[in-house]
Amino acid sequence: MKEQLEKIKQEALEALSAAKESVDLESLRVKYLGKKGELTAVLKQMGKLSAEERPVIGQLANEVREKLTAEIEAQKKKIEEIKLEARLEAEAVDVTIPGQAKKMGHQHPMYIALDEIKDIFVGMGFTILDGPEVELANYNFDRLNAEEGHPSRDWSDTFYFDKDSRVMLRSQTSPMQVHAMETKPLPIRILAPGRVYRKDEVDATHSPMFHQVEGMVIDKNITMADLKGTLNAVMEQLYGEGTKTRFRPHHFPFTEPSCEMDVQCHKCGGVGCPTCKGEGWIEVLGAGMIHPKVLEMSGIDPEVYSGWAFGMGLERMAMRRFKIADLRLIFENDVRFLEQF
Amino acid sequence: MLLSRKWLNEFVPVDANDRDFAEDMTLSGSKVEVTEIEGEEISNVVVGRVVEIKRHENSDHMWICQVDVGEEAPVQIVTGAQNVSQGDLVPVAKHNSTLPGGIHIKKGKLRGEVSNGMLCSYKELGMTDNDWPYSIVDGIFLLDSDPDLKAKGLKPGDEIRAAIGLDDHVVEFEITPNRPDCLSVIGLAREAAVTYGKKISLHEPVVKGGGPGNLSELLDVETPATDLCPRYTARMVRNVKIGPSPKWMRDRLRASGVRPINNIVDITNYVMLEYGQPMHAFDYRYVKGGKIVVRRAEDGETLTTLDGNVRNLNSSMLVIADETRAVGLAGIMGGENSEIVEDTVDVVFESANFNGTCIRRTALALGMRTEASAKFEKGLDILNTLPAVNRACELVEMLGAGEVLDGVIDILNFVPQPKQLALRPEKINELLGTDIDTPEMCRILTELGFGVEGETITVPSWRGDVEHYSDLAEEVARFYGYNQIPTTSMKGVTTRGGYSPEQLLERSLGNVCRGMGYDEIITYSFISPTYYDKIRLPEDSPLRKSMKIMNPLGEDTSIMRTTVMPSMLEILTRNYNYRNKSAHLYELGRTYFEREDGMADEPKLLSLGVYGPDESFFTLKGAVETVLESIRAEDVTYEAEKTNPSYHPGRCAKVYVKGQEVGILGQIHPLVAANYGVDAELYYAELRFDALFASRGADPEYTPLPKFPAVTRDIAVLVDVPVTVGALEACIRSAAKGLLKDVTLFDIYQGANLPSGKKSVAFNLVLRADDRSLTAQEADDEVKVVLERLEKDFGATLR
Repeated sequence: MKEQLEKIKQEALEALSAAKESVDLESLRVKYLGKKGELTAVLKQMGKLSAEERPVIGQLANEVREKLTAEIEAQKKKIEEIKLEARLEAEAVDVTIPGQAKKMGHQHPMYIALDEIKDIFVGMGFTILDGPEVELANYNFDRLNAEEGHPSRDWSDTFYFDKDSRVMLRSQTSPMQVHAMETKPLPIRILAPGRVYRKDEVDATHSPMFHQVEGMVIDKNITMADLKGTLNAVMEQLYGEGTKTRFRPHHFPFTEPSCEMDVQCHKCGGVGCPTCKGEGWIEVLGAGMIHPKVLEMSGIDPEVYSGWAFGMGLERMAMRRFKIADLRLIFENDVRFLEQF
Repeated sequence: MLLSRKWLNEFVPVDANDRDFAEDMTLSGSKVEVTEIEGEEISNVVVGRVVEIKRHENSDHMWICQVDVGEEAPVQIVTGAQNVSQGDLVPVAKHNSTLPGGIHIKKGKLRGEVSNGMLCSYKELGMTDNDWPYSIVDGIFLLDSDPDLKAKGLKPGDEIRAAIGLDDHVVEFEITPNRPDCLSVIGLAREAAVTYGKKISLHEPVVKGGGPGNLSELLDVETPATDLCPRYTARMVRNVKIGPSPKWMRDRLRASGVRPINNIVDITNYVMLEYGQPMHAFDYRYVKGGKIVVRRAEDGETLTTLDGNVRNLNSSMLVIADETRAVGLAGIMGGENSEIVEDTVDVVFESANFNGTCIRRTALALGMRTEASAKFEKGLDILNTLPAVNRACELVEMLGAGEVLDGVIDILNFVPQPKQLALRPEKINELLGTDIDTPEMCRILTELGFGVEGETITVPSWRGDVEHYSDLAEEVARFYGYNQIPTTSMKGVTTRGGYSPEQLLERSLGNVCRGMGYDEIITYSFISPTYYDKIRLPEDSPLRKSMKIMNPLGEDTSIMRTTVMPSMLEILTRNYNYRNKSAHLYELGRTYFEREDGMADEPKLLSLGVYGPDESFFTLKGAVETVLESIRAEDVTYEAEKTNPSYHPGRCAKVYVKGQEVGILGQIHPLVAANYGVDAELYYAELRFDALFASRGADPEYTPLPKFPAVTRDIAVLVDVPVTVGALEACIRSAAKGLLKDVTLFDIYQGANLPSGKKSVAFNLVLRADDRSLTAQEADDEVKVVLERLEKDFGATLR
């Protein structure tokens, strides 16, 4: 019997290792281990054995059964692995075929630039102020120290809604300074972006409607050194650490002293090139210490409080940032333009 | 303002190179735009003497010249000009020379004869007959024809630019409107002197006088319009000899961008440039009655100005008149009737001060801004008229151009008081954030011409812009150096920055639109009134009540929009015309409605505009739904809108949140699309920003996830075609007894195997109990209730 068992084991192992499908394994299992299988048949003859032989053969038969069972499992696993491999291979795709993307929308480049600026100022404790575009000439001019007779008040420069030149489309965001002084408690730190209007024909650098960003600070002990420090920090955030700036004297009716701020040309590093028209510097904004008269007109005592303000053209900022050559593109809204940003 | 650096050097010698000069002046407050070097493009052009000239054998008009150009041997040059003779001094562009306009001269052969360059006309050197009044217009520039050049004794080989004085450096300044004093050589020299710490040498005009006659007998001046003419100063010159002015004067004028004309006119321009005081010269013959009256024009009065144009005047304008008629437009331009001409004998020089606003308005109304008006409109130094007129008379004597009469007519209608301010050094340092000591402040102010006595500062007459300690702070800061002021961070109370809820919603709406593939646009706030017709707005629509701009640029931008629809349609159309296959656009834009006080309410609208191959009413509606979902709006309903003429009557809906209208969406009416020349389907939605803001749902709170499984049931019912899906869905929801969790439409069918007038609508129902697993029976019972109700309300039958 011992030989019989060994023979079955040998035979079964050979058959198992040749099996290619799991159904084959099942029929082999039936053939050898099933109720009518060969191993069972051998075991049925156990009765004929002596009491001494019986446990020995019994143990051997169990070993054969366990061995074959384990081998069937192992072979089954192996076949499954091979099959999975084949399936995965068959399922392979050309990964260079384009994906099925969802088309994304694009923010207008001007507002990308504006959002950057807003975030910088909000981080410095500024709030964003929104205000009317249809404005009183009193706020747009008089309260900003541009008296009757100032050239910018002319009908050739500013859009009016009445013969008396009382109501107009704001020509600058600066009237927001007056609104802020009237409505906000001191100290004030505001940023007021928005549309402004001037009577300019449309060309590559002009538009009758454009955007400005106004900023203003009023508190005790505010100095021109603070103006410089704050705006320098803003420029470093916009144009990168170490950005060089310079301040030039200028004139605005509502600030004194007034200045314009230049940043060193990023293209040539200040030696002069076509981008900066050979100057080495690019003008970015106008600013100054709020004129004491302007503070007084809004009921703020210039002996106690001082402040600074700046105004900057957004279109020029965005055009520089994205190298847009013609202002008309900004308002043309061609999707081939919009989708570049 | 163009400044000749040679002229500047007469007042203060500055040897900085052009780039440094531009930077130094810019940083002290006089912004330099650009510096141009006269004749910069000219190279390798020299003075030559024609030593021999003979006819070209193979040409009937060319000449072969041997020209001494200061080299060992003469060079041969062929010329086609007919005005050259042996011995003439001429400009010679040698082999490998350059001329203005990028012209490059090389040697070559002309009909077989070698020509080693070119003899030049003054035009070829970039100059005009105004620069060289003694030379003929066509032909070679014969240098000795100009008496001043002849006197210089030019030699062959002399570099031409230095020889003829075409080598000045001209600096263009942008002068801010508060500094009219800097619209003059002396004004800029003052700035340059302080910038470089040098002394300015000013010159006091000296007039010999003694001309024949008595000024007070010859000329009488009245200024009835005293408010518009604070000062009128005049002198007279007799027996003038009109002719070209000398070369040095012509050079200065040319560098300053002014065309030389004749000695008397040139003198007025020269003084205007030097002193910043506009001058005028009248021909005394035509000043009738020897009387000058500075008065308001009469309404309907006309005057032919020097440029030959007839000007229609009115009583807001100021004229210079004689006894009978206007002879000049005050501060702007003289009249043709009293112009200086070749046979002028006696001249009246006017040097006056006029009201700036009056001059500006007149110039604007007549569309004739001149050098003079540009200066007057900014407000000039009233004390400058007398030195200026004296300088003019001094120049007349210097040029031998006439005999100056003794005496001056000087009417002063306004006696200016010197302005005095207290110097407040601590306040100035507080404002600047600096620590500048008082003597330094005083030094700067003194050099600028301010009177300094203790802490009392007297403002010079030419600085009308200085009226406050903050102005003094700017003067100090300019020369202390803006870039020397420290940079500090703000001290004081910290403020809490941030965005308001409205601003946050604006931002998030933009994000949602972009997430759906929409691009942001920016459109003009003003439109044409005809756009309302284009979108078929009814004649009586309140939206037609737009605010009108009194002085628009054009009709297209003449009224403030009350709807953003035309703006969006214009942009969709433009993209369509550019053959862009599709466009998905959004804008958060303002509209404008006039209030009773004349100001405006400016509500914002979110507009969405779409066209493209895969677009339909439902893709746009999906976008609107997503926007509303993003703000967690609850109870959103849509109602068919059939009467709005801008939209397709069968494809338009009003949008409601909790019964409040928030907007509208639909397909643009084909007739409107046709008005824009578009034969595609355009879709458009607009949502009111304030309504969206009010419709924001509460912040989300967590609801426990279901513990028990849901049962789904599909039902398809047959109903009459006009029954809406919305009505069926509402019916299903209201009929269900609480197990129904969701209803989703999944099919609508109408056609072949259905009775006509009927359609099949199929819904997927999700049923679930929160506390147990539903049995099939429970689910079927619920569906049964729903079906019974559908049948009762709509006659719906199960398919």
